Amino acid sequence: MAEVLDIAVRLIVIVVAFLVLPLIVGQMEHKAMAHMQSRLGPMYAGGFHGWAQLIADGVKFAQKEDVIPAAADRRVFAIAPAVALVPYLVVMVVIPVGPGLVGADLDAGLFFVLAVMGIGVLGSIMAGWASANKYSVLGGMRAAAQLMSYELPLVLAASSVAMAAGTLSLEGIAEQWRWWWLPWQAIGAVVFFVAGLAELRRPPFDMPIAESEIIMGPMTEYTGIRFALFMLAEYVGIVVLSALTTVLFLGGWQGPILPGPVWTLIKIFVLAFVVIWVRVSFPRFREDQLQKLAWIGLVPLALLQLALTGVVRVLLA
Amino acid sequence: MASMDGYFGSYVVVVVLLLIGVGIFAGGLFVNRMLRPDRPTPEKLMTYECGVDPVGEGWAQSQIRYYVFTYLYVVFAVDAVFLFPWATVFAAPGFGMTTLVEMFVFLAFIALGILYAWRKRVLAWT
Repeated sequence: MAEVLDIAVRLIVIVVAFLVLPLIVGQMEHKAMAHMQSRLGPMYAGGFHGWAQLIADGVKFAQKEDVIPAAADRRVFAIAPAVALVPYLVVMVVIPVGPGLVGADLDAGLFFVLAVMGIGVLGSIMAGWASANKYSVLGGMRAAAQLMSYELPLVLAASSVAMAAGTLSLEGIAEQWRWWWLPWQAIGAVVFFVAGLAELRRPPFDMPIAESEIIMGPMTEYTGIRFALFMLAEYVGIVVLSALTTVLFLGGWQGPILPGPVWTLIKIFVLAFVVIWVRVSFPRFREDQLQKLAWIGLVPLALLQLALTGVVRVLLA
Repeated sequence: MASMDGYFGSYVVVVVLLLIGVGIFAGGLFVNRMLRPDRPTPEKLMTYECGVDPVGEGWAQSQIRYYVFTYLYVVFAVDAVFLFPWATVFAAPGFGMTTLVEMFVFLAFIALGILYAWRKRVLAWT
């Protein structure tokens, strides 16, 4: 009984984090973008600096009519948001926030994470194809091309950490981490974070949804709650990417004075801020520039990191 | 709770969380159905393409320029999968130099593949 209760508490914490952290990141994005662009941002809802704006948006989305176009492939169209959203929740089960504080410590954790996050990507492709809309098909195709190109550097950078730690368990990796891993794994960290941003289709990697030319691409036809769930998937994605970068490359819960989970959260939010900062600072990449960056930039860098990791590890042993 | 023990025990938690996720999705749709109006009209159900009535089918033919990238990805991703089991043991006592040399052979294969693709100009978009 105690064991079931223990697992139930862990699952509740994960679900609460899944529902609340993206809202905080969204609010942070409103405000950080507003300040970086010298404007106010939402100020009205809730009174104090528009803190309730996202809740108001959520209420609006929940009340909106759910339109499925007559030409669309109804069934695929209907489940695409779930395919985009649910994998991020499932990934959160293996992300540790402190020693022993994890939903389930799978010994193939890192492999599990990469495999499940790959499924989330299918959501956009399904949405793009099932909408039966020319812009959506274009967006879906772009999403497929982008996600394929950036999966390889992501996997290679992640396996560099597995080599350094000698385990695939995320908790094991964060435990093994030492401060000198920062310079040692720096290239891998940058490759992982940039490739992760591209997988999330966040600006400057937002060619697949480019609202000014293909009107949100795969999401053109989505309205109401299904659109809201796609949006939620994007922000949960930011949280998951930041959390994974924290655990793999920044030592997870390790840090002086403050308790472990606090350090994990601090690192996650600093990285989430970087995600927002990058969005505000860089113009959108063109499609061929995206492919070039992945194949001629990130993949060779990731291979270099693998070589560096291997040599240092064998020399130390 | 014997089912919670052992190797597959921890995956039970994963399955439960997956079901919770599906439940959140279904719950969201259910709340939406309770709260929303439902008044479809032919105009509303028409495909939205910049406000003008769509011409032809949505599943339009288009030239897929990146199929070569797809091949590249499949080849290299299959390679990369083998990295993971190897990564956990390569520095274990008794392996050392042998596995390091093996790693460089592996890296050389991928690097050579990309170099070849680049020289053949398949990494260019147009």
